[in-house]
Amino acid sequence: MHEMSLCEGIRRVIEDQARKHDVTRIRRVRVEIGRFAGVETEALHFAFDVVMRGSVAEGAELVTLELPGRAMCYDCMKEVEIMDRLDPCPTCGGGKLMPQGGDEMRIKDLEVA
Amino acid sequence: MSQDRLIEIETGILAKNDQYAQANRTRLAARGILAVNLVSSPGSGKTTLLCKTIESLGDQPLGVIEGDQQTQNDADRIRATGARAVQVNTGKGCHLDGHMVGHAMDHLDLAPGSLLFIENVGNLVCPAAFDLGEDGKVAILSVTEGEDKPLKYPDMFTAARLAILNKIDLAPHCDVDLDLYEANLRRVNPGIEILRVSARTGEGMTEWIDWLRTHLADKSSPEAAE
Repeated sequence: MHEMSLCEGIRRVIEDQARKHDVTRIRRVRVEIGRFAGVETEALHFAFDVVMRGSVAEGAELVTLELPGRAMCYDCMKEVEIMDRLDPCPTCGGGKLMPQGGDEMRIKDLEVA
Repeated sequence: MSQDRLIEIETGILAKNDQYAQANRTRLAARGILAVNLVSSPGSGKTTLLCKTIESLGDQPLGVIEGDQQTQNDADRIRATGARAVQVNTGKGCHLDGHMVGHAMDHLDLAPGSLLFIENVGNLVCPAAFDLGEDGKVAILSVTEGEDKPLKYPDMFTAARLAILNKIDLAPHCDVDLDLYEANLRRVNPGIEILRVSARTGEGMTEWIDWLRTHLADKSSPEAAE
């Protein structure tokens, strides 16, 4: 979707943290992205390199960790894990699933150079 | 690698936006203002629906924040109804964010008990992820868009509390199955409320106005302010 604005969000967080911890250079940034977050990892990497220019994280490596997609099945009322947003319930085959997780977009940690 | 060289953050990428959204939410709650975030594809009839809604609401105090990449056209259309409107041009941006909406709220300076309509940029993808501090998202889906739209863009319809199936006066002319629209909406969001509306003929408008008035009454009641 808007990987460029996501990277601008990442940059703001990194700059706040770098100031707080008195850090001048970041070597690696690990982010957790839910399966249903709608984020294209490749586009995120591309935007990351561009957006981090001139910041403490210029040239840093971006590592993306995928989090599973979870949903509540309104038929069997169980929380299940699904691979695709439109998959049926793996337990009962029902088609009424409400996502309960998998839309996460979090910065996990920063490795200082 | 030693522990002190790793800074644990566990912060949402959109944390900054969420802070702005929360500040907006607090301001709105303090004044008992109901804010609805209208989301849809371009051309679903959001602005026409909004103009008719404003007419139907009579002397209800309200304000409108219009989001578009370019032009003042929509704000001009809203102002022609006599309502107050602020246009936000996002430029290259594909969505409104919490910061923009906070600024726009400063300009509107709404009275307690008002309704605030935020007409987001016409886009079924990005606005789903950006909290603006609203009470709920209302997705507008026109019957000419195809019954599988909710399946193609599930995130937006999952994020919405209410879906308005708009332009139903056109349904007989375009071989569409309104029940299939509803089934597909419930497939991606089993809890979604659905209203069938034609802003042009007025069909379904009473139910929509009732929906707004009911939620506004809940929000501005003394218990809600506590």
